[in-house]
Amino acid sequence: MSNASEVGNIYDTIIVGAGAAGLTAAIYASRRALKTLMVTVDIGGQAATTDEIENYPGVGLVTGTDLMTKFKDSAEKFGTQIVYAEVRKISKGVDADGKPLFTVTTNTQEFKGHAIILCFGLAHRHLGVPGEEQFGAKGVSYCATCDAPLFKGKPVMVVGGGNSAVDATLLLAKICPKVYLVHRREDFKAEAFLVDQLKQDHVELVLNTEIQEIKGDTRVRSVVVKKVANAQETREIEVAGVFVEVGFIVNAKLIEGLVDLDERKQIKISRDCETSEPGVFAAGDITTISYKQIIISAGEGATAALKAYEYLQKTRGFRGVNIDWGLAKKPTTIATEIGIDAKKNNFAF
Amino acid sequence: MSEIILTEDNFDKEVLQSDVPVLVDFWAPWCGPCRVQGPIIEELAKDMAGKPAKIGKLNVDEHNAISTKYDILSIPTLGIFKGGQMVEQFVGVQAKDKLQAALEKHA
Repeated sequence: MSNASEVGNIYDTIIVGAGAAGLTAAIYASRRALKTLMVTVDIGGQAATTDEIENYPGVGLVTGTDLMTKFKDSAEKFGTQIVYAEVRKISKGVDADGKPLFTVTTNTQEFKGHAIILCFGLAHRHLGVPGEEQFGAKGVSYCATCDAPLFKGKPVMVVGGGNSAVDATLLLAKICPKVYLVHRREDFKAEAFLVDQLKQDHVELVLNTEIQEIKGDTRVRSVVVKKVANAQETREIEVAGVFVEVGFIVNAKLIEGLVDLDERKQIKISRDCETSEPGVFAAGDITTISYKQIIISAGEGATAALKAYEYLQKTRGFRGVNIDWGLAKKPTTIATEIGIDAKKNNFAF
Repeated sequence: MSEIILTEDNFDKEVLQSDVPVLVDFWAPWCGPCRVQGPIIEELAKDMAGKPAKIGKLNVDEHNAISTKYDILSIPTLGIFKGGQMVEQFVGVQAKDKLQAALEKHA
């Protein structure tokens, strides 16, 4: 954790965000003996909110939190320092030698780094309807695995058509007497084997429909929905909670002007995770990679760290890590090697 | 100072009747982000030792009468109580410095 003495220290690399990409970048950077700082609000990002993970090789069935805690433990074991804070600003400057030096600013601290690795992933997309903001944390939720049990025994609604929406519906169906799944289309993007499980008496599919308004008093009481084809055709459904699972967006405010983004505000990267700005690297869901998967983010994080290391070698003259193969040692007898005095003990070798 | 384990039995005495502001971490074992927040709260409790504030954790799974009373519908929720009332509330994982500043503001 941070303390006052770290302020003003210069790090070799600063990693922003601690999902699968950031934590893997931290492991690789630290193992290259780079002085590595990670600034993050949480650990594990989106993966940590996933109930069950079965497609990460080698670990069997695991909860997202458990898997991500393992990633974090490795990063810390190899020397990564973690500061829990929200990054407010990342700015580029130069050091005394005229080489790039970046400043990462949080609410209360400022850190400097020769290289930056951006791994802060995606943010939940909001519906943008009346009542959504007002009832945030008062019945509107973006994390079914966190909040579902708080709605036990109550009717609830899920919005969306992808895997996370269907997952949330199935989770809620275990503990709620009625679950409405509202989706804009007829067909689901979610995998077929998940969609098949929706055939339950207390799960109602409300298709070709979108949300018009979320209503309530101190908390959510009902949701008004409307047909996509005919906005006049509305229906008010009484629910205690609305789980919004309509995908993710890039929170680009922090990086606009620093690196080039595509039309969806994802960070454009080279094959080796370089951004348009020398010294700034990016990995994981925040970049233009096609597949947003834990294992892919982890691989990209490793690439970003190795490329950052190569960059530091070139710009700062870092040498490779000295590996002690033991070749410089003087020849020793087996006795001295294992720490005994052969003569004294009268051992015959 | 270490954090206080809050229950339905001690909530009144430890939180509502407290002379100093109390930060309450509403959490549950099933919630991934809560498990991230936990160690941050523990560190905050250590840092705040000797200062006029208390820090407690309430498991909403075991003590849902209290979480229901305060309409806790998203966790982790961090509530600051003063004079028997919840005076400030944060939802989602919060950084230590932000919570410390909020507690000091209400002290």
